[in-house]
Amino acid sequence: MAKSTVSLTVNGRALEALVEPRTLLIHFLREELDLTGPHIGCDTSQCGACTVDLDGMSVKSCTVLVVQAEGADILTIEGMANADGTPSVLQEAFREHHGLQCGYCTPGMITRAYRFLKENPDPTEEEIRFGIAGNLCRCTGYQNIVKAVRAAADELNSAKEAA
Amino acid sequence: MSDPIQAESAEARAEKLQGLGCERKRVEDARFTQGKGRYVDDIKMPGMLFGDFVRSPHGHARIKSIDAEAAKALPGVTAVLTAEDLKPLNLHYMPTLAGDVQAVLADGKVLFQGQEVAFVVAEDRYVAADAVELVEVEYEPLPALVDPLAALAGDAPILREDIADKTEGAHGARRHPNHIFTWEAGDAEAAGRAIDEAEVVAKETISYQRVHPCPLETCGCVASMDKVNGKLTVWGTFQAPHAVRTVASLISGIPEHNIRIVSPDIGGGFGNKVGVYPGYVCSIVASIVTGVPIKWIEDRIENLIATAFARDYHMAGEIAATREGRITGLKCHVTADHGAFDACADPTKFPAGFFNICTGSYDIPAAHVAVDGVYTNKAPGGVAYRCSFRVTEASYFIERMIDVLARRLDLDPAELRLKNLIAREQFPYTSALGWEYDSGDYHAAMEKALATVDYEALRAEQRAGREAFARGETRSLMGIGVAFFTEIVGAGPVKNCDILGLGMFDSCEIRIHPTGSAIARLGTISQGQGHATTFAQILATEIGIPADQITVEEGDTDTAPYGLGTYGSRSTPVAGAATAMAGRKIRAKAQMIAAWLLEVHEDDLEWEVDRFQVKGNPERFKTMTELAFAAYNQAVPGIEPGLEAVSYYDPPNMTYPFGAYVCIVDIDVDTGVTSVRRFYALDDCGTRINPMIIEGQVHGGLTEALAIAMGQELAYDEVGNVTGGNLIDYFLPTAVETPAWETDFTVTPSPHHPIGAKGVGESPNVGGVSAFSNAVNDAFAHLGLTHTQMPHDHWRVWKTAERLGLTS
Repeated sequence: MAKSTVSLTVNGRALEALVEPRTLLIHFLREELDLTGPHIGCDTSQCGACTVDLDGMSVKSCTVLVVQAEGADILTIEGMANADGTPSVLQEAFREHHGLQCGYCTPGMITRAYRFLKENPDPTEEEIRFGIAGNLCRCTGYQNIVKAVRAAADELNSAKEAA
Repeated sequence: MSDPIQAESAEARAEKLQGLGCERKRVEDARFTQGKGRYVDDIKMPGMLFGDFVRSPHGHARIKSIDAEAAKALPGVTAVLTAEDLKPLNLHYMPTLAGDVQAVLADGKVLFQGQEVAFVVAEDRYVAADAVELVEVEYEPLPALVDPLAALAGDAPILREDIADKTEGAHGARRHPNHIFTWEAGDAEAAGRAIDEAEVVAKETISYQRVHPCPLETCGCVASMDKVNGKLTVWGTFQAPHAVRTVASLISGIPEHNIRIVSPDIGGGFGNKVGVYPGYVCSIVASIVTGVPIKWIEDRIENLIATAFARDYHMAGEIAATREGRITGLKCHVTADHGAFDACADPTKFPAGFFNICTGSYDIPAAHVAVDGVYTNKAPGGVAYRCSFRVTEASYFIERMIDVLARRLDLDPAELRLKNLIAREQFPYTSALGWEYDSGDYHAAMEKALATVDYEALRAEQRAGREAFARGETRSLMGIGVAFFTEIVGAGPVKNCDILGLGMFDSCEIRIHPTGSAIARLGTISQGQGHATTFAQILATEIGIPADQITVEEGDTDTAPYGLGTYGSRSTPVAGAATAMAGRKIRAKAQMIAAWLLEVHEDDLEWEVDRFQVKGNPERFKTMTELAFAAYNQAVPGIEPGLEAVSYYDPPNMTYPFGAYVCIVDIDVDTGVTSVRRFYALDDCGTRINPMIIEGQVHGGLTEALAIAMGQELAYDEVGNVTGGNLIDYFLPTAVETPAWETDFTVTPSPHHPIGAKGVGESPNVGGVSAFSNAVNDAFAHLGLTHTQMPHDHWRVWKTAERLGLTS
């Protein structure tokens, strides 16, 4: 199959690649770039395990062709840590509040929560539940995920106030 | 003694260990939150090829021909395997865990939609998918059998031609070509008499629909045959890696020492990853044939329609009682739909699992249960979906029957339960169906639950609401579901529990390093339960080394001691016990070293948190850290150097976690929308190792129970098409549908477990399904409804309301 050239930025790194036009972004990230944080959990865009941040939006990377991401700025879980490599507030909140068990949904969930808190920095519990409804978790029953997102919001907000 | 730690109080030192009972944060989370987990699909090897299946579109059909030429001609395709290729290797069928055989690739006939017909091997997953499309299979459709209750009819289509003339199965006589086994427990005559002579008898048929565990990660493997060294390595989603190794050796003839099975991080299991599936066998064969690693990762639809299922139990019950509500007898006949091959994952001697726990938490003097397993044109591989073997089915059956009986007696369901719960002084209690319940304080748990939710007030509110409904002031009905469950987990004693002859013990091996840190390896494998966190806590308390200095490793059969794996809530009851026992062996040796160093007799030493101290003279002591170094550094007379121990633990009995759940729902009769207003779950799992993790397990299990009770179903149409085999149709609750859970506990330690723990991960599923279903049924109870079938989705609930004349 003829290949196409794409240029995009992933976790701050500009790159160019030659891909089959049918290649899904999730497969490109996982298999070409070895960014195996985003996962595959379904075939129908229900589960959100493959969620990445694309030009400031949460997208399910199983539903995006790499060629559609031409020129895009993509952030995956691997790009979420602080500049010094320590876990971000959100990553730490998930650990602190037991917001994960098997860990399979976690990268997508945290990536979604990252964008959600930018969209709504001070959400109610109900808003958090709605905001992460595109991401399925089979282990936690969501309660501690909601708690973790709320705790991260508090910490981010107080850091903002202090600044 | 300059070490400041040694000057601290015992309490302060104990706290630093992060041992039993503390809310230790999980050590697994750093990698998972940063995208550094390593799951099977993350594995990449040089030269690796991808496998993919051609699957049957039919529920039942004869294969007239398979033409793989176009697929083989596609650039990038290495091989296309069919049953004909596997026959010379005698691998076209594989033995199942239940004593049957299962077609690895369909042999002349397909028996369920999604059945594996051919295995394509190609350079990447895209080419493999293209090649799958190019394999031409010509089918002659046959009548499909999808109703288990019709399986044994005289005119039912015969499914298994390969064993049609076998009158003896793995579990006794077969009385029809579609019959697998009949299994019985209890005293039929006594139960029959109790029912014949009863003042009141309630009858109901309780169906537990076919569902699927659906962990977020599907099943898969990477098989790599190293032809130079003759060693086969398989990384895969295995809940029981050692059992897979033994089975792989028996099937392939490769000596067991030349097989290494590795379970990397597993993205949830819930029973789905216990079985051995054709994808594993085909990947291994393909790696042997091609000499390169083969990756096979199923997609979600394949996972839901072909790789195991759960439940599909159809339970006809009769329960007898006095007019005052004292239960006198119970009978149950189950028609068990095992699909096209009997590949159920149960201990060998238990083809219906532990279904005979179906007298539940009640003191029932006479009981009998019979289970008939049948073949249908559905997927094989019945697994215990977040429960011990067939325990949710049993619990759901008795908890619904109790409610049905309560309506019959016009008694409150909670009151009927309190009247019949096994009393504390009756433990250890032997049930009429043969189990010895190790411990319990059921009344205390039930009374605490009822008091916490203010049950009386809820019933008063419900009465008022029903009156308001009758007056036309509301269109909402309130339902209160009460459930009390007893689980039977921790399989189990080797004397009666084995899988393919492998006794269901488990194991732990500990090595203490010279500087006082340690590694522990176990025969189990975490799929999210947090073993690396909790097993280190058990050890911290046993050997006085901080949990943070103990690495816990599982899942690599080349390094871990033999064990039967993680399912049926067996890790804590069995491997957790092995961990404590291995720790005690370490301590015993350390005590001998301490005696020599302190120049006292061993009996003059006592253990205190992290050290041995001289009785009556606590200033003279040796810490475990010091003793660890001494074990490598001192020539202690009569004692070998080093500090290691291994324990293979064969539990004397199962453990019996229990709990009391109350669920309150509000049903909009015009839409059938059922809102969970409140869910209170009291669990008693004995000694609590890590309350944070227990609570997380309960949240997750309740959410799975919600899914099953309110929406999950793998239904089949009349020709055998799966309806519901993808995540558009198969209900996995999001954060929006999931309510906030309220958890509580009592503690009744197991008397036979070294630390008194019982296991908890599956309890909420076992108790939760009944509580939800009882609540929905309860909402309509005043209108004469006793039972409706799950799942209670909006449509079914609305249909119930319509049938009762409530809809406008």
